[in-house]
Amino acid sequence: MSNGAAMDEQTTPVAAIDVQKLHKSFGDLEVLKGIDFHVASGEVVCVIGPSGSGKSTLLRCVNRLEEVTAGRIMIEGEDITDADADVDLIRARIGMVFQQFNLFGHLTVMDNLIIAQRRVLKRTKKEAVEVARRNLEKVGMIDKVDAYPAHLSGGQSQRVAMARALSMDPDMMLFDEPTSALDPELVGEVLQVMRTLADEGMTMMVVTHEMGFAREVADRVVFMDDGVVVEENNPLELINNPQHERTQAFLSQVL
Amino acid sequence: MVDQPAMSSREAAGLPARRLSPSQRTRLFRGSLYAVLGLFVAGFLVVADFAAIQQNFLNPQIAAQTMPELVTRAMRNTVTYTLIAFAIGLLLGLLLALMKLSPVGPYRWLSNIYIEFFRGLPAILTIFLVGFGVPIAFGFRIPFGTPGAGTLALGLVAAAYMAETIRAGIQAVPKGQVEAARSLGMSQGRAMVSIVLPQAFRIIVPPLTNEVVLLIKDTSLLFIIGFQPVNKELFVYGRDISTDVFNATPLIAAGLAYLAITFPLTRLVAVLERRQSRSR
Repeated sequence: MSNGAAMDEQTTPVAAIDVQKLHKSFGDLEVLKGIDFHVASGEVVCVIGPSGSGKSTLLRCVNRLEEVTAGRIMIEGEDITDADADVDLIRARIGMVFQQFNLFGHLTVMDNLIIAQRRVLKRTKKEAVEVARRNLEKVGMIDKVDAYPAHLSGGQSQRVAMARALSMDPDMMLFDEPTSALDPELVGEVLQVMRTLADEGMTMMVVTHEMGFAREVADRVVFMDDGVVVEENNPLELINNPQHERTQAFLSQVL
Repeated sequence: MVDQPAMSSREAAGLPARRLSPSQRTRLFRGSLYAVLGLFVAGFLVVADFAAIQQNFLNPQIAAQTMPELVTRAMRNTVTYTLIAFAIGLLLGLLLALMKLSPVGPYRWLSNIYIEFFRGLPAILTIFLVGFGVPIAFGFRIPFGTPGAGTLALGLVAAAYMAETIRAGIQAVPKGQVEAARSLGMSQGRAMVSIVLPQAFRIIVPPLTNEVVLLIKDTSLLFIIGFQPVNKELFVYGRDISTDVFNATPLIAAGLAYLAITFPLTRLVAVLERRQSRSR
């Protein structure tokens, strides 16, 4: 790598996400086989790869929804894999968007957005509602504040889910295949919000199959296969000029 | 047109034709069902001694004697015992359900032992055990006398059943709900209280309502430990007057009072279940 070693320790900015030698097994099945991966502050990194390559598991390890088997993960310099780490506190700084939205079904859109602000960040109701309204405006869902999740389309649900994560004022956002459960005509509205976030400088790690999004928005694309990072580069290089055979095979299938 | 019978499928299959067409056979069968029913009703009307039935089961003078205590005291006691037993069962059942889902092995074992124990025993034995066995063994008097001991026993039994229902409800809440809550920084306990339990209880309202119906009926088992007059519930109240006046009408009155509570509840369960199956 060109940076890092040559640069002065003092001026190296702390990475938002720094995954070091990560191994993850489910029983006998080793899903991640020594991953080194980082996302700089303000960077948008898309992780692509065939299903079963371990990309979603990597993302879920980052906020410790999965316990790691070996290795460590630093979040803004803090080791989230440390047994003594205050995981809840670190997680509150990491927004996460799920493939299946996972909106709280018993709560209205507004209550979905304020419950963690109130319970975790201890914001007053007035404050929480203000933040929620601001984020609902941003994702274009302010007219549904009183709706229940069951009455929203997939695209609307995912935009509300993003607003919910954003209402915690996170330092970074993780996206786990955010458009994979959507009907094709609803994908655009979700990608549009993600594009806006990227333009505003949000640090983003996106596991996705949307090559168009990766090409246009990502600062860097990481290709994973069979539990390892095969290749990473800026999107144009990686997508148009893949170096590795496996990358070429994958891209020829999806493009 | 010439009325010509079409070749039946039996003939086509090479089988001999039947004398009756399928629709005639259906009508004949249906008709004989009604005939049997008619015979039974006619037989009952001939044999039944309506004067005796009316005198012994539906005697208006005796029915009037049971009022108003049947409602103001006995029915009220039945409802009170049910609600207290339900509250005990719900709280203890929730605790047992959480223990059963605990990562700590001994908690799971204790919960399993409790559930198997109290589900395997007849409720009446548990009631007798708590009402007589405990005070005799430990010289410990359970507060509120026999109603206190009885409702406690019913609550202990109900907790075993409700624990399984609540556990099923908790497990029916999708895993993604907890993950979303945790990803927002909520602790495990907070996610359970704010996100999982409210949704779990919504799912199990119908089976919990059924549990209330069972409890209402099971309060009648408290007769085994005996009541002061003011504490009598519906069954004991009806039974005692019945044996006093040597007439079954008070029991019928008590039965109608049970139905007045249980019937609306079972209808409510049916409505809730239909609504739930529609929203899935």
